[in-house]
Amino acid sequence: MIYREAGQFRTTYVADQRIFPITQDRVAMAMLLIVAFVVVPAAASNYVLTALLLPMLVLAIAALGLNILTGYAGQFSLGTAAFMSVGAFAAYNFQLRVPGIPLLVTFVLAGLVAAGVGLVFGLPSLRIKGFYLAVATLAAQFFVDWLFTKVAWFSNDSPSGTITAQPMVIAGLPIDSPARRYLLVLSIAAVLALAAKNLSRTATGRAWMAVRDMDVAAEVIGIPILRTKLVAFGISSFYCGVSGALWAFAYLGTVEPQAFDLQRSFQILFMVIIGGLGTVMGAFLGSAFMLLFPLFLNWVLHLIVRTELRPGLLSQLELVFFGALIIVFLVVEPRGLARLWQITKEKLRLWPFPH
Amino acid sequence: MRTRTRGWSEAAALLVALGLSAPAVAQNEQFIPMPSYRQGPYAAGGTSIYGGFIDYLNLLNMRDGGLNGVKLTYEECETEYKPDRGVECYERLKGKGPTGASVFNFLSTGITYAVIGKATQDKIPLLTMAYGRTDASDGRVFPYVFPMLTNYWSLNTDIVRFIGQREGGMDKLKGKKIVHLYLGVAYGKEPNPIFLKQAEKYGFEAKLVEVPAPGTEQQAQWLEIRQYKPDWVILTGFGVMTPAALKGAARVGYPMDHIVGNFWSGSEEDTEPVGDAAKGYISAALNPPGKDIKVIQEIERVVYGAGKGNMVNKARIGSVFYNRGVLTGIMTVEGIRVAQGKFGKKPLTGEQVRWGLEHIKIDDARLAQLGAAGFIQPMTVTCADHEAGGAVKFQQWDGTKWKLITDWIQADKALVRPMVEESATKYAKENNITPRDCSKEG
Repeated sequence: MIYREAGQFRTTYVADQRIFPITQDRVAMAMLLIVAFVVVPAAASNYVLTALLLPMLVLAIAALGLNILTGYAGQFSLGTAAFMSVGAFAAYNFQLRVPGIPLLVTFVLAGLVAAGVGLVFGLPSLRIKGFYLAVATLAAQFFVDWLFTKVAWFSNDSPSGTITAQPMVIAGLPIDSPARRYLLVLSIAAVLALAAKNLSRTATGRAWMAVRDMDVAAEVIGIPILRTKLVAFGISSFYCGVSGALWAFAYLGTVEPQAFDLQRSFQILFMVIIGGLGTVMGAFLGSAFMLLFPLFLNWVLHLIVRTELRPGLLSQLELVFFGALIIVFLVVEPRGLARLWQITKEKLRLWPFPH
Repeated sequence: MRTRTRGWSEAAALLVALGLSAPAVAQNEQFIPMPSYRQGPYAAGGTSIYGGFIDYLNLLNMRDGGLNGVKLTYEECETEYKPDRGVECYERLKGKGPTGASVFNFLSTGITYAVIGKATQDKIPLLTMAYGRTDASDGRVFPYVFPMLTNYWSLNTDIVRFIGQREGGMDKLKGKKIVHLYLGVAYGKEPNPIFLKQAEKYGFEAKLVEVPAPGTEQQAQWLEIRQYKPDWVILTGFGVMTPAALKGAARVGYPMDHIVGNFWSGSEEDTEPVGDAAKGYISAALNPPGKDIKVIQEIERVVYGAGKGNMVNKARIGSVFYNRGVLTGIMTVEGIRVAQGKFGKKPLTGEQVRWGLEHIKIDDARLAQLGAAGFIQPMTVTCADHEAGGAVKFQQWDGTKWKLITDWIQADKALVRPMVEESATKYAKENNITPRDCSKEG
């Protein structure tokens, strides 16, 4: 009843090409942004800001990146964490070695370096496909880990290979409080999400989808496969690089290769799959699910069973529940949380008179 | 069903409490956070250490009614030894209890690195007993970090001195070949700089061999070691890595009594899975194993007698890691006790506990009072020296249990301290910290 587009006519091309063609969607989005930018930093506790929302947003950026590659362009990758790692180390070294470099420029450069590395590891995608490509991108994972461990220059000869990220300052304003760190990450995530959404609606995005759906057909109609695939790898790695730099600078406060191990790549891949392949919203939903749900389970289980249970059993139960829920979700809706949301919206349009 | 309704009503109560943000009722409780890890590749150590830690707190609560009338409370949070989970646990636990968290003990070098800046900002001390950031031993730059008893660099000088003893003098090390086999995380890499420095000093040939985490795959590394034919192997392993290393050594026929583990690689959990092949393996010992220590017997009598023990596997009581946990408890509580002497017998803030930790002084008489005679060396923490100690014993696995084979071996402080100060100064510079002037500290 509320969510209905009756009476909303699009009379110009601009109106027709909007991201959110329905007024209700635009209002909802604006309200979401107001809540995220104004209400949350003012009302949420430091715990919610730093331990829940911050990592969720940072990993959502990485999930966006992987979604571009896997969801839109159809190229499997298990090297996400490696590109994040490149971004983190690049940001650290730019801050260390270029005096007076602005923080945001550092993040952009970190993303570009990661994009460069992504291009190199994307080259095999021209010859190999599907799971074989996933295995090939594993090489990125191991190579990057090895490189940062072996070559002490990258970690400025730190004895443990774990380095403290420099304090963040933007135009003289120190980004040290939880609310400021959250706002920084949120702004970057919002800009990147908007860029991703728009990219998917351009010729580039449509070329990606054409390659994903059938690369031979795409080639026949004149889409340059080489360029399309490499652009996807580059842009995807750019997102991952920015995410890695933020993970190190805004969340952990340290830069170390172990924070970006193979498990992180899998985690992000699961985010994309559970959230919904080929959707921007899926990246955020998937990240929230993968990151916040275990903590929620932990919290609920603690409330219900208290500590009378065997110590340690609780942490194991969490894993069992989480694993079971992932299976349930994928059985119920293989196309992810974003698809569930879409179905809800479609139902809402007909409510209360479904036919 | 009853438990479920209780859960929901509590959830509702909590939401109300959050919504109204009612001021916490001032209870007479001192909150100690427990960021434990009971799953993952390092769970064997985590379960025993945090088990011993919790048992010691319960011993004080049950036997003495807390610490000078203040009840010691705790809450666990699973970190899985991962920095990101650790940061979440830190944020979750830091504000609990009437005065907030007293002191954090992560038992993970990686997590410690990640929270040092945050903890210093929040004024909550970190007790990183025999692990963590080595240069944090310089209390002038790291006022809130306490790598007590020994750090990785002191430890490595202990080990090389022990090897020298075995060879019949430090001068005999010249021309020998020593391999450092380590877990490829922050913890394992930390000793490398001092190891290379010692190689220079004593003229032995040093080789670094890294095992990628978690360390179950070591075939290539042991083949490399077999080809290199070192005289000694120093092992810095943790969790599943150590038994895998011992099995690898056995497979290539490397003699066990020429492998020296550090004190995180020398527990029953490390040797028992290897079976007979582990016989003869030597490791450093921060604390002696066994139930000869009075406080361990007290825990068994009071806590386990009442059925309130934390360990599911009671055979682990008195194991190396269990005793390490009890020792962690002793040092934590001792810091709070000293702070109570200055600030009063009431719940204290992290900042006050920090003062207490910095003024810990444990001599033999104090150890005897604690029921821990022979547990550690006497030690005095100062403003400049947050390590206070550095000595370890060495123990050998005889096939069924660990047996001490040396007395305390002192660290080469003359070598370690300048390196600590140099590294701490570099950190201070990178992070715009002005080191404290210790002559002005009360």
